[in-house]
Amino acid sequence: MSAAPAVEVEGVAKRFRMYRERNQSLKAALMRGGRASFDEYWALKDVSFEIPQGSTFALIGENGSGKSTLLKCIARILEPERGRIRTHGSVAALLELGSGFHPELSGRENVFLNGSILGMTKRELERKFDEIVDFAGIEPFIDQPVKNYSSGMYMRLGFSVAINVDPDILLVDEVLAVGDAAFQEKCMEKFVDFRRAGKTVVIVSHAMGSMRTLCDQAAWLDRGSLLDIGRADAIVDRYVDKGHEKGVAPGTAGGANAEARVGSGEARLTTVEMLDASGTPATSFRTGDPVTVRVGYECTERVEQPAFALAMDTVDGMRFWAHHTRDGGLELPFIEGTGHVDLVIPALALQPYTIDLSARILDHTLTHTYDFRRHCYRFVVETGDHRESGGVVALGGRWTADLPASASETAV
Amino acid sequence: MSVIGDLKDSRGLLVNLTLREVRGKYKRTLLGQGWSLLNPIAVLLIYTLVFGFVLRVPVPIGENSGVQIFALYLACGLIPWTFFSNSVTSGMGALLGNANLLRKVYFWRPTLVVASVFAWDVTFAIELLVLMAALLIVGSMPLPWLPLLLLAVVLLTVFALGIALMLSVANVYFRDTQHFVSIGMQLWFYATPIVYPYSLIQDQADRMAADGNGFPLETIYRLNPMERFVSVFRSMLYDNTWPQWGDVLFCVVVAAASLGIGIWVFTRSQHRLVEEL
Ligand SMILES: Nc1ncnc2c1ncn2[C@@H]1O[C@H](COP(=O)(O)OP(=O)(O)O)[C@@H](O)[C@H]1O
Ligand SMILES: [Mg+2]
Repeated sequence: MSAAPAVEVEGVAKRFRMYRERNQSLKAALMRGGRASFDEYWALKDVSFEIPQGSTFALIGENGSGKSTLLKCIARILEPERGRIRTHGSVAALLELGSGFHPELSGRENVFLNGSILGMTKRELERKFDEIVDFAGIEPFIDQPVKNYSSGMYMRLGFSVAINVDPDILLVDEVLAVGDAAFQEKCMEKFVDFRRAGKTVVIVSHAMGSMRTLCDQAAWLDRGSLLDIGRADAIVDRYVDKGHEKGVAPGTAGGANAEARVGSGEARLTTVEMLDASGTPATSFRTGDPVTVRVGYECTERVEQPAFALAMDTVDGMRFWAHHTRDGGLELPFIEGTGHVDLVIPALALQPYTIDLSARILDHTLTHTYDFRRHCYRFVVETGDHRESGGVVALGGRWTADLPASASETAV
Repeated sequence: MSVIGDLKDSRGLLVNLTLREVRGKYKRTLLGQGWSLLNPIAVLLIYTLVFGFVLRVPVPIGENSGVQIFALYLACGLIPWTFFSNSVTSGMGALLGNANLLRKVYFWRPTLVVASVFAWDVTFAIELLVLMAALLIVGSMPLPWLPLLLLAVVLLTVFALGIALMLSVANVYFRDTQHFVSIGMQLWFYATPIVYPYSLIQDQADRMAADGNGFPLETIYRLNPMERFVSVFRSMLYDNTWPQWGDVLFCVVVAAASLGIGIWVFTRSQHRLVEEL
């Protein structure tokens, strides 16, 4: 990996106009006397950093922090008001929701059109056409107008074109959120190939788990400013921790994190913790360990027939489990003062993973929230005696084989 | 100049976009590309009926060709005009019509406008060929002027392109531009000697002069670049004479000015283009 940067971002600021009255007619302009009525909004404020050549670079931040805007500036689709962006090498961008396909044209025509926009010659495209279609896995539909495509097919074809033009710098915005797992895996492999070929990839994604392992460097944007930059694992952890802290300390929640705690507050969650076999709070467990989730509460008044709910998300955002007291058959007539409820899990059927726990107090109809704390407890699962090969859950299955007599003889 | 570099880099894309426009124009119509000939023929028939038979516009005699057919006289002006008007109209809508593309990928933005103008050049060329065949049949001989004719086509393309570039960005910022332009185009059409000969204007100017009215009608009338273009096309096709060199020079100057201003306006106002789409 050479040290020369592939992308240099220098003091970039981007302003958007938010029109109070979206009226692009001449009459409207004349009525305003030439003065347009809009508010200014700085989506990027003096952002400077460098993306090294050959790195896989993550851009992380809350929604609305300016990640997409920055990618568009790097891709030259938007022009910053101030500052400069220099890119060394060809750039292909795969922005949110597909890449500039013409809905009336067939997939085939769009591949050629898009490819030539991205700078491929007709001959190159003809040579790569099969590979592109193959990768996208949409061969039977290639001669249909793309307006008939599902969003997944649309995205896959866009990704396939962008990646097959062999750019020096590939910009990818949130595309991994769409598409099935198999395709996502193919994309990941492509990113790895890219890195091996010494090319630069810039990825925006909320899948923190994959970002952590896939990327070597990361920049953290917060409300249009660069907050932190460095090794991807460190930045991702800090970013995830910050979200975590905000959830734990109510009152500090602001802006985009306001959703971390919501509810009308008659009953509030005090402590949410996970206890190990000895009854002490722990943040690290092994597959198959007995665990008790203890949810403490505090009421300002008597709350009739409440329900408690818990949910678990993987660190990369997948909700894989939820359970509440009503489904669990625990009917609470009322709660008052302080107290706690426990969920006893005899064996933690999870594979090694980092997991976020959320808790909620609801009314008996499950439609009203008294208090909700999102991702208020993080724990990690480590390999236990029982080991399975991948994924989140450990189902505890056992392999058996019904071998033919000869095979079992040689096996013995 | 960076514009030329950009244009060079966008060659492949330009060809592709132009082909898309040409193919897309009559997509899913029963007659397909046939429409590119049927359309002008229908317009020609209507105007011939109205202006040739009903209003009895005088039909000039071709100076060297001796041809005196209203439909052909009309076609020699109408075909260049139709090209101009179609190029400007579709070039103007090229940015809005491709918002999808502009928001997702970077490429040299004027390519879209250039492609939609070039697509009409294809139609223009076909129509000119058919017209020349018709002229040959009735005894006009425009072939010796073919190279100059080609130059006239290029100049008219450049002229239309410049205007289309200006209007295409204007249309993004002010959506009613296209409505103004469609009215403007109608006015412009009748201000150009297409459905009537230039001699009618001359007659009118003479009459005004006889009445002691000093209004410089002819001078003003001849400021219209399309008048010059039409007369250049007509002298070669219909009259089989060299065009007046003053007219050719005028065309060169307005074409260059139009393109220059067009590029200037475009580059100056494309800064917030994508956000305004
Ligand atoms: N075309 C636009 N016009 C006005 N505001 C915009 C436009 N695009 C983005 N914004 C605003 O800029 C901010 C940053 O947006 P974005 O870059 O999409 O954030 P992210 O991708 O990090 O979620 C947001 O507040 C968004 O509302
Ligand atoms: Mg975004």
